[in-house]
Amino acid sequence: MNYSIIALIPLLPLATFILLGLFGRKYFQTSGGIIATVALLASAIISLYVTYHYFFIDGKVNGTYRHITALNYTWLEFSPGISIDMGILIDPISMMMIVVVTFISLMVHIFSLGYMKGEDRFSTYFAFLSLFTFSMLGLVLSTNIFQLYIFWELVGLSSFLLIGYYFYKPSAVAASKKAFIVTRFADLGFLIGILMLGFHAQTLDISTLIQNLTNHQSPQFIGITTASFLGVSLLTWGLSLVFIGGAGKSAMFPLHIWLPDAMEGPTPVSALIHAATMVVAGVYLIARLFPVYALSAPQVLEIIMSVGAVSALIAAIIACTQTDIKRVLAYSTMSQIGYMMLALGVSKYGGEDGLGYIGSMFHLFTHAFFKSLLFLGAGAVIHFIHSNEMKDMGGLRKLMPLTHITFLIACLAIAGIPPFAGFFSKEEILLAAFRANKFIYGIALFTAGLTSFYMFRLYFSIFWNKPSTENKTGHHGEGTWSMKIPLVVLAVCSLLAGLVPFANYITSDGAVLNATNNIMFSIVPVAVSLGGILLSAYLYKKENDKPVRAAALFGTFYKAAHKKFYIDEMYLFVTQRILFNLIARPAAWVDKNIVDGFMNLTATTTGKVSESIKAMQSGRLQSYAIYFFGGVIAMAALFIYWWK
Amino acid sequence: MTDFFILMKQELIIMVIIFILLAIKIGRYRSNEWLLDMVNLLLLVNFAAGFFFNKEGMLFNDMFRTTSLIVLEKNILSLGILIISLQSYSWLKNHKHVLEFYILLLSTLLGMFFMISSGNLLMFYLGLELSTIPLAAAANFDLQKKKSSEAAMKLIISSAFSSGLLLFGISLIYGTTGTLTFTGITTHITHDPLQLFAFILLLAGFAFKISVVPFHLWTADVYEGSPVAVTSYLSVISKGAVLFVFVSVLYTVFKPISDSWYNMLFLLSVLTIIIGNLFAIRQTNIKRFLAFSSIAQVGFILVGITGTSQLGTTSVIYFVLIYLFSNLAAFGVVSLVSAATGKEDINDYKNFYQTNPVLSWVLAIGLFSLAGVPPTAGFFGKFFLLMSGAGQGNYFLITIAALNMVISFYYYLRIVKAIFMDANDHPIEKLAIPGFPKIALYMCVAGIVLTGLVSYLYDHIHSLTQVADTVPFIGK
Repeated sequence: MNYSIIALIPLLPLATFILLGLFGRKYFQTSGGIIATVALLASAIISLYVTYHYFFIDGKVNGTYRHITALNYTWLEFSPGISIDMGILIDPISMMMIVVVTFISLMVHIFSLGYMKGEDRFSTYFAFLSLFTFSMLGLVLSTNIFQLYIFWELVGLSSFLLIGYYFYKPSAVAASKKAFIVTRFADLGFLIGILMLGFHAQTLDISTLIQNLTNHQSPQFIGITTASFLGVSLLTWGLSLVFIGGAGKSAMFPLHIWLPDAMEGPTPVSALIHAATMVVAGVYLIARLFPVYALSAPQVLEIIMSVGAVSALIAAIIACTQTDIKRVLAYSTMSQIGYMMLALGVSKYGGEDGLGYIGSMFHLFTHAFFKSLLFLGAGAVIHFIHSNEMKDMGGLRKLMPLTHITFLIACLAIAGIPPFAGFFSKEEILLAAFRANKFIYGIALFTAGLTSFYMFRLYFSIFWNKPSTENKTGHHGEGTWSMKIPLVVLAVCSLLAGLVPFANYITSDGAVLNATNNIMFSIVPVAVSLGGILLSAYLYKKENDKPVRAAALFGTFYKAAHKKFYIDEMYLFVTQRILFNLIARPAAWVDKNIVDGFMNLTATTTGKVSESIKAMQSGRLQSYAIYFFGGVIAMAALFIYWWK
Repeated sequence: MTDFFILMKQELIIMVIIFILLAIKIGRYRSNEWLLDMVNLLLLVNFAAGFFFNKEGMLFNDMFRTTSLIVLEKNILSLGILIISLQSYSWLKNHKHVLEFYILLLSTLLGMFFMISSGNLLMFYLGLELSTIPLAAAANFDLQKKKSSEAAMKLIISSAFSSGLLLFGISLIYGTTGTLTFTGITTHITHDPLQLFAFILLLAGFAFKISVVPFHLWTADVYEGSPVAVTSYLSVISKGAVLFVFVSVLYTVFKPISDSWYNMLFLLSVLTIIIGNLFAIRQTNIKRFLAFSSIAQVGFILVGITGTSQLGTTSVIYFVLIYLFSNLAAFGVVSLVSAATGKEDINDYKNFYQTNPVLSWVLAIGLFSLAGVPPTAGFFGKFFLLMSGAGQGNYFLITIAALNMVISFYYYLRIVKAIFMDANDHPIEKLAIPGFPKIALYMCVAGIVLTGLVSYLYDHIHSLTQVADTVPFIGK
């Protein structure tokens, strides 16, 4: 089959963006949403069709899924081999990602039709959503690492636009700036990393790069491993810097501080960008280059594993103490992505050893469904209550029956209760961690317990806790059909997505693997999760003062967690006190007294010299001839007799 | 016989056009509008015909040769003359001698074509003279202006001077090598002082044509006095043609003494960039300003030539194409303003944006591209020139060039600032843009945008130069 049809998948949203961006406010103020949704529906259908074709008809050769470069257009060639291309790469993970991105994006589009109705800049909102979808699709389909970087930045830009959508709210503007700047710092690392890798691997093409850097006999590999900086080889540096870029986008500790604030954006946006798609770009990036990490620089994988574990644990602890429901979900996202990173970190390359890789991708897949469902459910609740705070909610299960059921399904899925989707993917991650490192397994298991605790804390606080009669704010029903359909569809997915025999399709080396779940192994994690649920039911099912007493029991620790371990304050301290005084002030002095002085000196000198040589240009032809002849004589003297 | 027609196709077409114009002149009276339509149509045909029925080969004992690269270079020149002709519409519409002007211009183009195709120093010299002498007459075409006559006199006398030295150089080369063919010279040239001296005389002749410091002094006076059409022709077409020959002669004929000319070019490019910039900064007349800035641009081209042969040739041809679009965009606007109001001072352009937004943008885009601001094509052009220069590892030269690029930002942006930001109670009034100049300006803008972004062009030129010369060149 000719896979170039894939080009349509990102191009349709791009076309919508251009159409709505240019003419939206004039002609499509109300119909913009429908246009964007229909275009995306087409994209989603094409991507489902192509993915089906790839996985079930012609993607597999000799039991291994092949890499196909469907399109490749050389855009700028620097030197033979090193060029920036625009192309489409087809392999199992890119196929999985286009399905996830188009599908979740479609659900969010449909949900937004109802949720954003009546907004002033309705069509602009959909234009931004389309731009985001286009960028994200371009990112996952990239053949060239520089192409990936370009789309990576575009994703950041559209995220910035969407977080700051309510631009009249100062907090939203601040949050969008924070997200942009923090990720920009991380992206700097990413850029330096890819330039390092690209320069030494002598290519920017991802497949060739992987080939050159995993073949330990290739001159490129020898070059990059023998060259070193501060005693560490450039390969390690390059891969670590790339990981920093990924960590920024995926909100890994300590670069996660932008994610909770990013919840200022419209809730469907959070579901799309900050739960299912953009934030997993970092995980996708590591997975894209996984062979290089696993075969050539396992020490970097250990860093990734530690960062993932720390992020998973810290975020889960903080999530237990937050009262804004979107922030709870934000920290939970961070925690789950930490899980995915951790899984990549414990994985090795190929076969059974690549279980962590499979688990990570599997979790990415299932997480996209239940996390976006949680966000959309939270959106419906916020839409109903007009508040983000848990204390304003409670007893909603009668008033919002559909939201209640779907939310419960999502909570069971994320808590890892069989047979919901999260169970299967989490089991693989835990198993991989268990085989690789018992300590990390312990952290992951504890985090799993915390996860089910804070998720059900959220669930009980929203839907139980208070008698239903207390809430009379429901002036309208649960929401329009367009808000209900995505909830139901995603709930079905959260139920069934785990049943996909994932190892049959996506493995670290592309070879098909038949993994089986070990029931004995699952007992402990499921028991821990159930324990978390029971604890939260005990504390939060009915309104009482037990939570307060429990919090008092933990004392300072609770307070520290509630304040997110003062990480934001630490950043403020470092940036404002230390960086400002130690670097910015001296820099300003240097700038004012030395750089400016130098510039002024240059300007005045230039002016003076320019003034003094103007006699040369006298307008008299005979003097021009003298200069001409003088030039010839001077050159002859210089080059024939003196500077041979 | 068919070979003759196909190989000399482009020259023959120019000759036919010249004869058609002569025939029209002899015939009955025609209005200027009719004549201009006719001429522009013929020039368009000439440009289009350049793309068909091309063949590589030699004629007249290697006196005349043509390759795909040479055809491309001629096409670039044909495109340039078409754009200039479209732009001069407003000026020529009221001129008494339209046909004579074109006959002169086309004669010089014919000379350039012969020069580019030459395989022999005599042929080259003939082409060079044919491309210069009619231009002096064309420079005098603002018949009422004294400055125009002055420009013509200065051009013809200084050209005569440089030609004299060039001929001296050629005769010395003939005396020491016994041949005038390019291939013959390559095998016989050595580092013998007399031959080096002959080469320096030849180099001075080239340097004069492309206004390299210190052989550049005629440039500003001639550019300022000539009609804008001739100025843009001088600064783009004749400079481009000589550059094409210069590059190929250096890389092929004088390859055995490349270590010597590398040092000479190094010195000349540093001088040219710096002095061109210093003079450009203090100009107040916009035509004079463009003249000096184009001197600095040639300095950058010399940096590119100091690189290895393939990248050097590619980057120079690519840059000439970009320079053609950018400079003609700027000159096009200047020519419209000058024809309508006679204003040529930079201060007159203050607040130009308020009355002429479209022209302002065209001028600004042209200046951005000349300055090398991304994403205009000028950025890519300069980037590849510097890359080529950096290939030799002479970072001193690259540093000088990069520093001067920053200085040139200053004076280009000064004009942009005047156009968009400076207050002026009496800006240039709103100008009507006739159809032809408008097309020409849009062509330039499209060229500036696309030449950089569409990598096909660069790759195409690169592939042609690969065929032209595959032997790696070792400098220093």
